[in-house]
Amino acid sequence: MVTLTLDGIKISVPDGTSVLDAARQCDISIPTLCHHPKLTPHGGCRLCIVEIKGMFRPVTSCTTPVSEGMEVATKSPALEKLRRTIIELILSDHPNDCMICEMAGDCTLQELAYFYGIRENRFEGERRIYAKKDGNPLIERDMEKCILCNKCVRVCDEIQGVKAIDVAYRGFKSKVCPPYERDLNCEFCGQCIRVCPTGALTGKNWALKGRQKDIKGIDTICPYCGCGCSLTLNVRKNEIVRVTSKEDTINEGWLCPKGTFGYHFVSSPDRLTKPLIRIAPKNSNKLQVTSYKLKNRKDFKDSSPLPTGQAGVTRPSSLFREASWDEAFDLIAKKFKGIKEKHGPDAIAGLSSARCTNEENYLFQKFIRAAVGTNNVDHCARL
Amino acid sequence: MLEISTDNELKLNDILNRYTAEEGNIISLLQDTQDVFGYIPEKSVGWFSKKLDIPESRFYGVITFYAQFHMHPRGRNLITACCGTACHVRGSDRLINSIQTELKLPEGKETTEDGEYTLEKVACVGACSIAPVVIINKKVFGEMTINRLMKELKGKKVEE
Amino acid sequence: MGTGGMAAGGSEVMEAFNREISEAGIEASVEKFCSMHKVGCRGLCAKDVLVDVIVGGKKTTYQYTKPGMVSRIVKEHLIKGEPVADWMVGEDYYSFHDKQTKVVLSDCGNIDPEKIESYFAVGGYEAAKKVLTSLSPEQTIDIIKKSGLRGRGGAGFSTGTKWEICRNTKAAQKYIICNADEGDPGAFMDRSVIEGNPHAVIEGMIIGAYSIGATKGYVYIRAEYPLAVERLRMALAQARGKNWLGKNILRSGLDFDIKIKLGAGAFVCGEETALIASIEGQRGMPRAKPPFPVHSGLWGKPTVINNVETLANIPYIIRKGADWFASFGTEKSKGTKVFALTGKVKNTGLIEVPMGMPLKEIVYDIGGGTNKGRTLKAVQTGGPSGGCIPSELIDINVDFESLAKVGSIVGSGGMVVLDNTDCMVNIAKFFLEFTQAESCGKCVPCRVGTKRLLEILSRITQGKGKEGDIELLEDLSHDIKASSLCGLGQTAPNPVLSTIRYFRNEYEAHIKESRCPAAVCKDLIEYSILADFCKGCGACMRVCSSKAITGEKKKPHSIAADVCVKCGACYDVWVFKIW
Repeated sequence: MVTLTLDGIKISVPDGTSVLDAARQCDISIPTLCHHPKLTPHGGCRLCIVEIKGMFRPVTSCTTPVSEGMEVATKSPALEKLRRTIIELILSDHPNDCMICEMAGDCTLQELAYFYGIRENRFEGERRIYAKKDGNPLIERDMEKCILCNKCVRVCDEIQGVKAIDVAYRGFKSKVCPPYERDLNCEFCGQCIRVCPTGALTGKNWALKGRQKDIKGIDTICPYCGCGCSLTLNVRKNEIVRVTSKEDTINEGWLCPKGTFGYHFVSSPDRLTKPLIRIAPKNSNKLQVTSYKLKNRKDFKDSSPLPTGQAGVTRPSSLFREASWDEAFDLIAKKFKGIKEKHGPDAIAGLSSARCTNEENYLFQKFIRAAVGTNNVDHCARL
Repeated sequence: MLEISTDNELKLNDILNRYTAEEGNIISLLQDTQDVFGYIPEKSVGWFSKKLDIPESRFYGVITFYAQFHMHPRGRNLITACCGTACHVRGSDRLINSIQTELKLPEGKETTEDGEYTLEKVACVGACSIAPVVIINKKVFGEMTINRLMKELKGKKVEE
Repeated sequence: MGTGGMAAGGSEVMEAFNREISEAGIEASVEKFCSMHKVGCRGLCAKDVLVDVIVGGKKTTYQYTKPGMVSRIVKEHLIKGEPVADWMVGEDYYSFHDKQTKVVLSDCGNIDPEKIESYFAVGGYEAAKKVLTSLSPEQTIDIIKKSGLRGRGGAGFSTGTKWEICRNTKAAQKYIICNADEGDPGAFMDRSVIEGNPHAVIEGMIIGAYSIGATKGYVYIRAEYPLAVERLRMALAQARGKNWLGKNILRSGLDFDIKIKLGAGAFVCGEETALIASIEGQRGMPRAKPPFPVHSGLWGKPTVINNVETLANIPYIIRKGADWFASFGTEKSKGTKVFALTGKVKNTGLIEVPMGMPLKEIVYDIGGGTNKGRTLKAVQTGGPSGGCIPSELIDINVDFESLAKVGSIVGSGGMVVLDNTDCMVNIAKFFLEFTQAESCGKCVPCRVGTKRLLEILSRITQGKGKEGDIELLEDLSHDIKASSLCGLGQTAPNPVLSTIRYFRNEYEAHIKESRCPAAVCKDLIEYSILADFCKGCGACMRVCSSKAITGEKKKPHSIAADVCVKCGACYDVWVFKIW
């Protein structure tokens, strides 16, 4: 353990802790833009600078490890002046369009400008202008709003291991982009969106779905696989407008592309919400399946990212009728019993889903083995 | 656009074999590639990326960071104007201006449209005592004047 | 024969000598033993090509030698024994050298850099031998510490202390890196040292490796220095051949070898953490210190990074002793320092002087003063990280502390002399253009801050400066210095601050009167021909690429202001200069 003094407060923290983390442990807030607790420290935004006794210039608290007897000042008129200049400099190269920005109200840069009361900017000059927009279907990359905190690059490398993007060029012309500035073509996990402190990275399907203040967060578990990631559905007027995840969850706030972007099935008109029982005879099967095939990404460009309504099954009411769950279960039980009596239990097989939880899968195989009486049970993940 | 033909693949293989397959050698690989092709073809980066299992984004970041790397073919004649301090105070700007006017280089472009000439500015070639310095096709000219420069350029044009 | 000499036609002159001597061969080689050497840079590059002819132990030096002159030199001097007085160097050649004290450069220009035997002949590798056979690493470090040697790359950190910290860091693998990424525009001593005496650098690295316990070394050198790279490659191969590199050097048990890594054109890679990133094959982005490279450097292992000139000093310190080295220089700045004296001065070239020599002696006695009767305005030292010393302060001593006091630095040793035709706002803008283009972009103050500084400077030089711009420049400069990540950003505003400090009036003239006192800033000047002086020779008309100059032969010409692009070509060829 190392003991140090932060703004006059004595604190003991484990060796190797950064000054920033030590400060957060004693509830001293230090502004940052490029720091993320799960990523290696960057030291690029320079906002977390602190004064340490014995060092002749301010140092970044995110990159400086604590040492015994260290005396740190996190606030001083000189530091506040430097921080103010830095924010002004960032804003001088940032579009001043908070009024139409998707992230307004949820943007770290906007918050800093608010707390430092920056309305007039002493610095004006050239801004980076990027005409080309990324044509990928899911992630909106508005690089004019990028402040080069490097979080997206680090998360893509260190957490996701994909390295789809990196900083290219240098100095004022630095730009985060995929190789050769092609359109983004990655796993689309959306981790980069999650860590972006500004509106540079957003979901394409978030656009014009509502402001943060109108959004209600509803915690749930992701239905896609057995991992059981925690989701927070961002709901406005009973519609999911985006999906996020909290950092103190089993999945530490990270999600996969399905969890992040695959929520449109919830309100899809094609979704079955009640059991259906066939009423037409079997041989008059006029069931038409028009499945939507993803030929190439271009199909996405002009329509909404994940098309609904186009895909699925046409089910004329002449083929099916709606039923209650009780009625449906009774029918299934009756049919199973009939097959078992006529052909024996091995005529029945069960295939369960990776989307089910372990408990559900356990119950399912138990049902097939004990109730039906066959070992014909398998799981889609094995295929 | 360079295609990865058998011939080019042999060249790339040859470069690859000079180094151990580790990320530390990216810059050396790229330097050798540029020596062979005169620039770094996009396809060669894809090729190295697959062979080394190093993502292309890493290569692109490195190529665009260092001034030495070029992503497009350069002119057949390379004029390098030194813009170091000593050359600056001895009038390198005027030399550069006159080259740009003489070669009719479009604003912000380095290479003439016919691909004959490339004018590049470098920070310092370390020959400050004979400033201003202009290097034409690897030949170093010290204490360059506009008169001499024009003669050299016009001489090049006549040769063709 | 360094890059400068090659450019001036060194190879051609050498060929000519070869030819002439072989033609006149019989006579020459019968009567006298005749041999030829090429040597590294002599320093006084302005007078290249320099040729020494030694007949009967008497050395005669010729300046500005051209291939056409060789025949006469061979016939009259070599054969008849009568030196060609017309082409011999004058007084200024000797005064240029007399005031200097050469340590690092002592053998440059005298030995053949492409032959290891030539280095052996002047005591080369004696120091490494002494260290490896009779001194412990600790004793070696003590000698270096006692000598007071400080890093010659810019920051001036004690070399001995750096080695000691690395020595005391426990690790299975350590590295020593020679920083030859000499990026400062206006400095070329590292290039000259490697071109002139590469083995001294290698020997310094061997001694360093032994002292800190490193087994691998790298030389990170700019690709823009092809000749230096070639000579270094040759030297490494020769050293390996003689077992000065490789396994079990001199049966001392030391394994050590050196690899060359070529830089790819990024000034920021002179910063040690960026240099490490570059050797690791990454973008050359600096990282925050601590941890310092001596604790965690290349591939996370303890690493010492020394500049070329620093390493080249080491063999001489070991051979001649710490006290000998410390006898040069001042209380806190020991030894000598190589400077690249360039700009508006008569004798440009590399000079080596004891630390603490008055600037005045450097500029006037060694440099020979300003050219063309112009007046000295300032001396810029330390390149883009340094500052300008105005002519009023010409009496100051050149050492780490004195220069820091007046707002400049020794830096890597660039020394650019400026005269009354240089605009100080333009100079500040020039350096900012450089640092801005070389900023890696990692941290905000440097990435955006230097851009804004440059924009303010640009509008001042265009006559669009505003009231309060000077104060804004000062304020922003201080903030950038205080909050930037690495040395590049922390020093980038120095040229702005020092020019404002000493030449505020020039800034004010640009802002308040839209006037450039030195007539440099393009937007504030206009070229015109003084009809009373124009002889109508047509010289200016011929060089005007935009065809703005018109006139009849032998009658005064004129410049059409609307066509003129102000390239200045006409001014440069103008033969009847009146000031």
